[in-house]
Amino acid sequence: MAELNTGDGGGKKGDGKVRSKKGNSKVDLTAMVDLAFLLITFFMLTTSLSKPQSMDLGMPDKDPDPTKNTTIDVADNRSMTILLGDNDQVKWYMGQFATPLEGPEQVVYGKEGIRKELLSKMTSVPQVTGDPKKGLIVIIKPSKKSTYKNLVDILDEMAICKVPTYAIVDITKEEVDLLEKPE
Amino acid sequence: MAKVKTQKKAAAIDMTAMCDVAFLLLTFFILTATAKQPEPLPVDTPSSTVQTKLPESDLATLTVGKGKVFFGVTGKEVRVRTLELMGVKYGVAFSPEERQKFSLIDGFGVPMANLKQVIAMTSTERNQKDLQPGIPKDSLDNQLKEWIYNARIATKEIAGKELKVAIKGDAKQEYPEIKKVMDILQDQQINQFNLVTGLRGKDF
Repeated sequence: MAELNTGDGGGKKGDGKVRSKKGNSKVDLTAMVDLAFLLITFFMLTTSLSKPQSMDLGMPDKDPDPTKNTTIDVADNRSMTILLGDNDQVKWYMGQFATPLEGPEQVVYGKEGIRKELLSKMTSVPQVTGDPKKGLIVIIKPSKKSTYKNLVDILDEMAICKVPTYAIVDITKEEVDLLEKPE
Repeated sequence: MAKVKTQKKAAAIDMTAMCDVAFLLLTFFILTATAKQPEPLPVDTPSSTVQTKLPESDLATLTVGKGKVFFGVTGKEVRVRTLELMGVKYGVAFSPEERQKFSLIDGFGVPMANLKQVIAMTSTERNQKDLQPGIPKDSLDNQLKEWIYNARIATKEIAGKELKVAIKGDAKQEYPEIKKVMDILQDQQINQFNLVTGLRGKDF
C-alpha cells in the first residue's frame, strides 16, 4: 500500500503524456499504529507491575538490659508454637514445650499443611477461651538452618489466616533437638 | 437529483490522528517508566500474597544475600548528606565530584575504606559479580549500624520524616543473617520494617 515513487519514468521532456503518475500521498499507518499500541500496552503494564511488593513486620521493643528478663505469660490453650527447621521442615505444638496440649506434629507449608492447622485453631481457640477477643497467639521460632523464604512463608500464612497476634521468638535448645530428631 | 449521490465508500480510514495519539501516549509512558537499575547484589526475593506496596521515598533498603549486606537509600540529597556524616565519623573526606557520583549509586556493599574506589568505578564495573564484599556488621566494626543511623539523621534533616527500612532478603538466605540485620535495626529502636517480597497468586 505504501508506495514510494522513485524516478519519474524516464523524464522525457516534451512528452506530456508520461506525466500521469500521481504522487501517492497517503501512507498506510495501520502497522505503525499497531506497533505503537503494542508498545503502549507494554509500558503501561510494566510501569505499574514493577513496583515491588512488601510485607510489614512489627517487632516488639527490645529491652536494652538483657538481665531484666521480662517474660509475658500466655495462656497455654491460646498459644501455638511453630518451629521452622531445615529443608522446609515445620513442626507445631500447642501450649508449653514441656507439657504440650497438642503435638508436636510435623506438617508442610502451604494450603494442605500448616494452614489447615492454623485455620482450625483460629476457630477453636475463641471457643475454648469463651471470649472472641482472646484469639490465637502464634509464636514463630525459626531455627538457624531455616531460610528467609521459610520465614516469609510463615508470615504470609499469618496474613492469610488473619492471625491476630504473632511474634518471632528465638528458638531454645530443646526445640532444636526436637527438630533434628528424626520422625 | 443525481447530485446527491456523493457517498463513496471509504476504503481506508485516515489514521493520522490515531497515530499521533498513540505515539504521544507511547512517549509519555517511556519517559515516566523508570529503567531497572542493575543491582550489585541480585537477590531472588520470596513471594507472598500480601499486596502492600513498598514506600517510594525516605526508604533505606538492606539487601541481604549470600551472607552479605548491601545498603541503599532513596533520594540524592539524603545520600549526599549520609555520605558526609559517614565521612565525618570515619575521617574520610569526599570531594564534590565523589559526592555527586555517590548520589547516583542505588546500592553498595563495601567497607568505608574501599568506598572511594567503588565511587570512582563506572556503573558496569561496580556491578560486577562478587566485587563488593558487603558492609561489615560485626560487633567490632559495625558500619552497617552507622550507615542506617546516619541515613536516619540525613532523612530527618532533609525531608523531616522518619526513615523507613526495607529488608530485601534472598529466599535461600539462612535465618541467622536476617536475624543479625533485624537485631541491628532493633538496637536503634526500629521495630517496624518492610520485607520486600514478590507477588504470588491468591490461591497459593
